[in-house]
Amino acid sequence: MKAANLLSVWAVPVFISLVLIVGTIKQVPVFDEFLSGAGDGLSTCVKILPSLVALMTAVSMLRASGLLELLVKLIEPAANSLGIPPEIVPLAILRPVSGSGSLAMLENIFSVYGAESLIGRVASVLQSSTETTFYTITVYYGSVGVKRTRHTLASAAGGDLAGILLSSLTVKFLMA
Amino acid sequence: MLNYIWVGIMLLSIAAGAATGKLDQVTNALLGGGEEAIKLTLTLGGAMCLWSGIMRIAEKGGLTKMLARVMSPLMRILFPGLDPSGAACRCILMNMAANFLGLGNAATPFGLRAMNELAKANPNENTASNHMITFVVLNTASIQLIPTTVATLRLKYGASNPLDILPAIWITSLGSAATALILSRLFAVSKSGERRKLPAGKARVKA
Repeated sequence: MKAANLLSVWAVPVFISLVLIVGTIKQVPVFDEFLSGAGDGLSTCVKILPSLVALMTAVSMLRASGLLELLVKLIEPAANSLGIPPEIVPLAILRPVSGSGSLAMLENIFSVYGAESLIGRVASVLQSSTETTFYTITVYYGSVGVKRTRHTLASAAGGDLAGILLSSLTVKFLMA
Repeated sequence: MLNYIWVGIMLLSIAAGAATGKLDQVTNALLGGGEEAIKLTLTLGGAMCLWSGIMRIAEKGGLTKMLARVMSPLMRILFPGLDPSGAACRCILMNMAANFLGLGNAATPFGLRAMNELAKANPNENTASNHMITFVVLNTASIQLIPTTVATLRLKYGASNPLDILPAIWITSLGSAATALILSRLFAVSKSGERRKLPAGKARVKA
């Protein structure tokens, strides 16, 4: 934990110092370049806002509708036969859709089963090794106006599925 | 594709809400989603400006070029045919580095700039190019050295060594990223009829 803390505390300041020092040595007009870069950042924000509105509206409707709970009930038997603890299924379904939602669910799993339990560990591994797939796809493609994403979703979903399987396998084999 | 998914999610949510008697909550969510998106943009906006500015200085100082030179073997495997010292590659590398160090706020601006650079080289502006797909898939499979958020949460819930799951996390995230990458390469090859040999073994090691 100590090494990890050191890294998370030092990574940003060390990186920023390096950039500023090298920029100054190379006689880059650092302040002017920063302003022009920050301006680009702002216009990117404006560009992704419409896709964010579309995505977050759909996702919050989905979470409010109770559809996820129905889906969990459907999937639980299949998950069980693959060796995935059924308590993990709600997290696995919410993870690709909502980052803050899945974090809240992870906290809920910790408070019910404990952070050191098998379920708590599988949930931690799952949360850490997968991403909010739908958010990433929508925002990244939305920013450049790509409508036809071809096989992006299928590949990403395959990766997420592998992550779900591997999270319970690795915890069972490495931690038992 | 996104058209159908978006319509599908909205209509299914309304139908499910009607069936479970939660239609009023669904309506509230529908009307409040835009507000949430604006709030998120405001939260993200500062970080977005900051990191885009820093990236610009790093670029002018030649730092990103140096990174691109060191990483060019990996980039040749992941993005065959993309100039390893070009602007697109430099943005992709900064995005990957930020993700790896767990700086999600920094990774997004770099990633969006990378998409912008990849779009410039894309002949068909409505359709994703193979490089775009590889890049987006890399971002949907998070590869992170130390998952600080989860570790902090585990500590809070009494785990004596919250990072004891690190090996499991590394194997799982490498495995899921490799699966996604190999799948995307397989789809690309089968759909274009291109008979490029799969560098699957190398991708697995370096992903």
